[in-house]
Amino acid sequence: MSDKKNSFMSWLDRRLPVTENLERHLTKHPVPKKVNFFYIFGALLMVVFMVQVVTGIWLMMFYTNTEEGAFASVEYIMRDVDYGWLMRYMHSTGASAFFLLMYFHMFRGLLYGSYQKPKELVWLFGCFLLFLLMAEGFLGYVLPWGQMSYWAANVILSLFGAIPFIGPDLQVWIQGDYVLSGITLSRFFALHVVVVPLLMIALVVFHIFALHEVGAGNPEGVDIEKHRDEKGMPLDGAPFHPYKTFSALPAIGIFFIVFFAIVFFAPTGGGYFIEKPNFEEADFLKTPEHIAPVWYYAPFYSILRAVTFGIPFLGITSKFLGFIIFAASIAILFVVPWLDRSNVQSIRYKGIYSKVAMVLFAASFVTLGYLGTKPVNELRTLIAQICTVFYFAPFILMPIYTKYEKTKEVPERL
Amino acid sequence: MSEKVDPKRRKALLITSGVMGAVTVAGFAVPFLSAWNPSEKAKAMGASVKFDLTKLDAGAMAVVEWRRTPIFIVHQTEQAKQNLPKLNEKMVDPALEEGLLRSSNDKFSVLKGVCTHLSCAPKYYPEIEPKAWDQEWLGGFFCPCHGSKFDLAGRVYKGVPAPVNLEVPPHTFEGDTLIIGDAV
Ligand code: HEM
Ligand code: FES
Repeated sequence: MSDKKNSFMSWLDRRLPVTENLERHLTKHPVPKKVNFFYIFGALLMVVFMVQVVTGIWLMMFYTNTEEGAFASVEYIMRDVDYGWLMRYMHSTGASAFFLLMYFHMFRGLLYGSYQKPKELVWLFGCFLLFLLMAEGFLGYVLPWGQMSYWAANVILSLFGAIPFIGPDLQVWIQGDYVLSGITLSRFFALHVVVVPLLMIALVVFHIFALHEVGAGNPEGVDIEKHRDEKGMPLDGAPFHPYKTFSALPAIGIFFIVFFAIVFFAPTGGGYFIEKPNFEEADFLKTPEHIAPVWYYAPFYSILRAVTFGIPFLGITSKFLGFIIFAASIAILFVVPWLDRSNVQSIRYKGIYSKVAMVLFAASFVTLGYLGTKPVNELRTLIAQICTVFYFAPFILMPIYTKYEKTKEVPERL
Repeated sequence: MSEKVDPKRRKALLITSGVMGAVTVAGFAVPFLSAWNPSEKAKAMGASVKFDLTKLDAGAMAVVEWRRTPIFIVHQTEQAKQNLPKLNEKMVDPALEEGLLRSSNDKFSVLKGVCTHLSCAPKYYPEIEPKAWDQEWLGGFFCPCHGSKFDLAGRVYKGVPAPVNLEVPPHTFEGDTLIIGDAV
């Protein structure tokens, strides 16, 4: 029996490097023995990605991508398709979960310096994934063609219109019409279901391959490659499979318990996952009282709104400057690996300035998120402006404080 | 076949094929990117609309639809023209550089009928009489949604929710015909 199997495997391995790759990426791939809670989010991200793909394909079977049909087809999915409501609520809750996990996953990277040499590309592919996820979420939110779909998309598209010189033409080109219309809807559908997901799958593959090339990190910032046993296995490492795969299972279980609790009991997330006005069909002539983004864009939307001034002598309007700073708030993440000059990786061994910077950054991100869901007033705008400064400062000043602050000695072993 | 490699020739071939490849890619990009332009149908729907001004008496307003937006066309009375400058003080932005009627014509104003607050449709109240929202009303537009006030030239009053004047769409006058949208 086992002989037969082996001969089958060797037949296969001659033609497709199955065993070689299983060993390389799973059974013989060493990962740090001791990591913490923050290291589970990558695995969970993969799980949610799969949830989104599968529920998305099923939604596509019933959804209509036209101006006349879109809203009604979503109602149809919710009311007439068996378990259609489950598909839709899993997909919409999945979107929120995706972002939440992504933010934790990235915060782990910032805390433990996971972006540092030689993991710069892992981080960079990650940043592209964040960008694509933001695009994917935006495109997807337009599809139900509700009031908030329509008007929030208008706000975002008008940002392109605010670019000097080419803006208005660019906006018309993206929309395929002079107003946001069914033409826009159907191209957003194509982007949402095919283009962006394909790019994301490719990037996840790159992300993982790059990570497996350089080896995963740990919260101590200890290099596990330094001490190996006679067989060359790192002493502080364990094979990915079965150790990591099985230890991820309980986490995945807990994740799904929480996930389905939300899907079943609070699928709209109190208006933060699916906003109230989106249960009304898009109306060209009636803007909702208060246009707010879904929670996961709120921090960035706050930054956009916090810019209430332009640079008149350069011909830069406040709207365009807001767009630039909003784009910069994401772009700055891409260069973090080159801003950190510290000789240690983990926040545990970094100095006081790094710790303060992380606290400021996290606090301002959360505050911006809260403000982004509320209507503006003078006080809120002022707080958002202060938080915007604290969002950027930890990054902009990073080359200075990481270089000069006093760090602690990192132990040899995990 | 000779084993010898001619590096110059190889380089020239590489450059040539590289350039030809780039041209091909750029060439094929054209149709794919152009497909995103407004289609002929979208262009027809978004094309400029004509309006015969002789139909509109002084003091009357007509509404035409252009690019899914209601456009207000107001035939201003002599009285209105005298009153407009009196309101400059009460306006957020008197927009004097746009001319008295904010149009290139001295009889008609052309405005987007979309409140700059939250896009409700402002209503036309040309009468000069005390109104619930203004004891010294000299005619204009009132938005029923949250009470924004505009004068007959679409300029917004101070102290109302709408932040800026009603927008003026692109338009041209050709004799008695008004063309809304880009001239053809
Ligand atoms: C679709 C989204 C993503 C998926 C599926 C994904 C998946 C993963 C997985 C499975 C791991 C290994 C396990 C772990 O360390 O958690 C990982 C590691 C990592 N990810 Fe992601 N990731 C995604 C997005 C991102 C983003 C947005 C960033 C940051 C900008 C990022 C940065 C990193 C880094 C730096 C590591 C290495 C951590 C270390 O070994 O120290 N990832 N990712
Ligand atoms: S929409 Fe006109 S006042 Fe609010």
